Amino acid sequence: MTIDMSKFLDTFFEESAEGLDAMESGLLNMQEGAADNELINTIFRGAHSIKGGSATFGLSEVAEFTHHMETLLDEMRAGKRAVARELVDVLLESVDCLRAMLAASKGGDAHNPERAKVLSERMGRMLGVAVESAESVNSENSTSGSQSAVGAGWRIVFSPHAHLYRTGNDPVRMLRELAELGDFKVECDTSRLPHFADAQPEECTLAWTIELRGEIAEQRVREVFDWVDGDCDLSIRKLAADPAVKSSQEAAGIDIKAPETDIKPKKPDAKAPIPDPRSASEATSIRVGIDKVDALINMVGELVITQSMLGQVGKDFDMSRVEKLMHGLSQLERNTRELQESVMRIRMMPISFAFQRFPRMVRDLSQKLTKKIDLRMSGEQTELDKTVMEKIGDPLVHLVRNSVDHGIEMPDVRRAAGKSETGLVTLNAFHQGGNIVIEIKDDGAGLPRDKIIAKARKQGLLGADEEPDDDKVCELIFMAGFSTAEQVSDVSGRGVGMDVVRKNIKALGGSVDVKSEPGKGSTFTIHLPLTLAIMDGQSVLVGQENYIIPLVSIVESIQLKPGMVNLVAGQGEVMRLRDEVMPVLRLYKIFNVASQVTDLHRGLLVVVEGEGKRVGLFVDELMGQQQVVIKSLETNFRKVAGVSGATILGDGTVALILDIPGLIQLAQQPVNVDRVIPVGHIATIAA
Amino acid sequence: MSAAQALVNDIHMDATEAANQYLTFILAGEEYGVDILRVQEIRGWSSVTRIPNTPEFIRGILNLRGAIVPVIDLRLRFGIEKIDYGPTTVIVVLKVTHDNVQRIVGLVVDGVSDVYNVRAQELKPPPDFGVTVHTEFIKGMAAIADKLVILLDIDRLLNPAEVAALDAAAVPGVVK
Repeated sequence: MTIDMSKFLDTFFEESAEGLDAMESGLLNMQEGAADNELINTIFRGAHSIKGGSATFGLSEVAEFTHHMETLLDEMRAGKRAVARELVDVLLESVDCLRAMLAASKGGDAHNPERAKVLSERMGRMLGVAVESAESVNSENSTSGSQSAVGAGWRIVFSPHAHLYRTGNDPVRMLRELAELGDFKVECDTSRLPHFADAQPEECTLAWTIELRGEIAEQRVREVFDWVDGDCDLSIRKLAADPAVKSSQEAAGIDIKAPETDIKPKKPDAKAPIPDPRSASEATSIRVGIDKVDALINMVGELVITQSMLGQVGKDFDMSRVEKLMHGLSQLERNTRELQESVMRIRMMPISFAFQRFPRMVRDLSQKLTKKIDLRMSGEQTELDKTVMEKIGDPLVHLVRNSVDHGIEMPDVRRAAGKSETGLVTLNAFHQGGNIVIEIKDDGAGLPRDKIIAKARKQGLLGADEEPDDDKVCELIFMAGFSTAEQVSDVSGRGVGMDVVRKNIKALGGSVDVKSEPGKGSTFTIHLPLTLAIMDGQSVLVGQENYIIPLVSIVESIQLKPGMVNLVAGQGEVMRLRDEVMPVLRLYKIFNVASQVTDLHRGLLVVVEGEGKRVGLFVDELMGQQQVVIKSLETNFRKVAGVSGATILGDGTVALILDIPGLIQLAQQPVNVDRVIPVGHIATIAA
Repeated sequence: MSAAQALVNDIHMDATEAANQYLTFILAGEEYGVDILRVQEIRGWSSVTRIPNTPEFIRGILNLRGAIVPVIDLRLRFGIEKIDYGPTTVIVVLKVTHDNVQRIVGLVVDGVSDVYNVRAQELKPPPDFGVTVHTEFIKGMAAIADKLVILLDIDRLLNPAEVAALDAAAVPGVVK
């Protein structure tokens, strides 16, 4: 029973989170003064299902709190209450509070009961009714169970109906469960037991009288019998109750004969949740539109047809059927590609999931900073891999905060500059090639060029007489520890920002750029790959081995001419390419691969970039470009330096995908495996 | 004892006592056994992709129906001299558990031999060679007919920590 309920509980939390999001966005869209009934209904529905769900699962605190919200919303819906700013604020805060309460029940962070109390009181004042604080409500509400109904123990008479076994219930299990609750004594009543010859093994003819001693909530006891409500005669009576505990429901006992009693809460106390055993492994799920699943099923159907067709061709094969075979194979190829695309699409979610938190954030921030800001979003339906989406959330928050805090000026400054008092922050997402592009644009002051330069000089990032161009200035804000905010606010300005943003985006295989025009605003542009599972790769040959270089890290490939390579200190090879000097790494040396091509002029040099460093990678030959599916080496093996993963080539063999930053690091380490002196040798030397 | 009788005995033994079945293979003339429930499949030798900067006994990686599986040459792992792979050379694909994580590893051996039932009490601990031979990955030795079969504890033999340690030292784990 417990297991079943906890399964539903997870679903409840997931749905509540969605409900809360819907309520939040509804509240944000609410125009002052105008009561849009459809909108209020949406919010109301959200609150209502959370209330219902939490009551079902025994989160009485949450249910009670939501009830107040619901009452307020109901009055708004009936037109009894105008949509006032204060009201929306309270409701928004309540949504936050509710979120915290649910998180606490889920076993996450502790929440602050004071906050719920204060908010409840505020809502109560608005309703014009003295509402008891959440605390008192809780205890009062729980007359039907919970804390007040705790006694010295219980006397339970449990006599199941004859058909109990057929319902799949086992009294032994229930008795065991009771025994766990406290000091347990049971007597079996065998009076109904028929003579052995008449015994029906499928009928329950036993009854039990149980004495359970200890401070046990009635709820806990009743919970055990939840599933047999209609299938037994049950009486639960208090054992010589402690006089100190008096509750309105001390009425000696309740006989349950019909299942019309309330649904029993699973958790007696929302504050002490039973830890979810699965929370450790963080089970995540995706909601997939039924149309995507249907498309997938269709495609699998086609695949099966193609397969049977090929099977037929293969039976009694002769040369006259070659054409049919080729036809079948090309159909198979098309099916496979479509299937792959559809499966990938399952992981895709519209970027609105990442965007939806921004209206609220911008609203709160602009209030705090006393700025007037409009947020405009477009391209919310652009789809993005779920993993990428989860990881892009924080960098996006940071960039939007920056635009609001640093970008948009105060209303008076804007007026003086001849701009509208209300600033505009635009979020835009669209597809471009195999990438998704996200733009965060503001019409504020733009990057303060002079300030950035001054600060960079002070921090030694820039020489005193160096006069950087605009690109270089933009580059500076991505340096670690760089911040120009005059005062550190809790919004932004601690200087641990843009470098982390860039690092996170790079980790996803993307890039971030900034363009800025003084007085007109700045635009941050993020380029991200659509998915982490597939990428474009350039296949190269070294000796007998095939390696894949991610296409994004390749700058260019060149054939070396004599005189382009110099030898530094007799061993470090560097290459001059236009105005740049970069080290040359011979891949066959780094990887200890036997290669025939050791003459720099006979092979090719692939200029690659990793973490801001450029190097020339010497390979034998360039092969084709192809899309590769990335497979982890760590699943069955372990991480290998200089290699980010593996992929399977068309002929079924495995090729390694190079990790360019790792490779550069590897090349810089003086010790390579072949140069390590085996332990045995050391011993010999010592001897 | 007829084959049928042997089979009956085997079945009888299975039913009455905790007996494990072991798949055995030949390596440099010796017979080694691994728990048959850990064997995923046996496949002929096919070329693998080398992983750079790993010790020689890690032959490389293999595509096993979409999974990337490392292949380890047990001869080299034990420090036995290398031979050319022939028609009997096989890769025994094993499921190895370490820290509750299951991995798949391929083991190159000279050839597969047989399947035996071995009762727990028939297992004898390996003799102590002191420091000259590492025996911690030997589960036990069993006398079957007139042969001695060495049963391996593959979780110990193929765990990643062990492999990494060897990797760092770049010498085979068994000192000859």
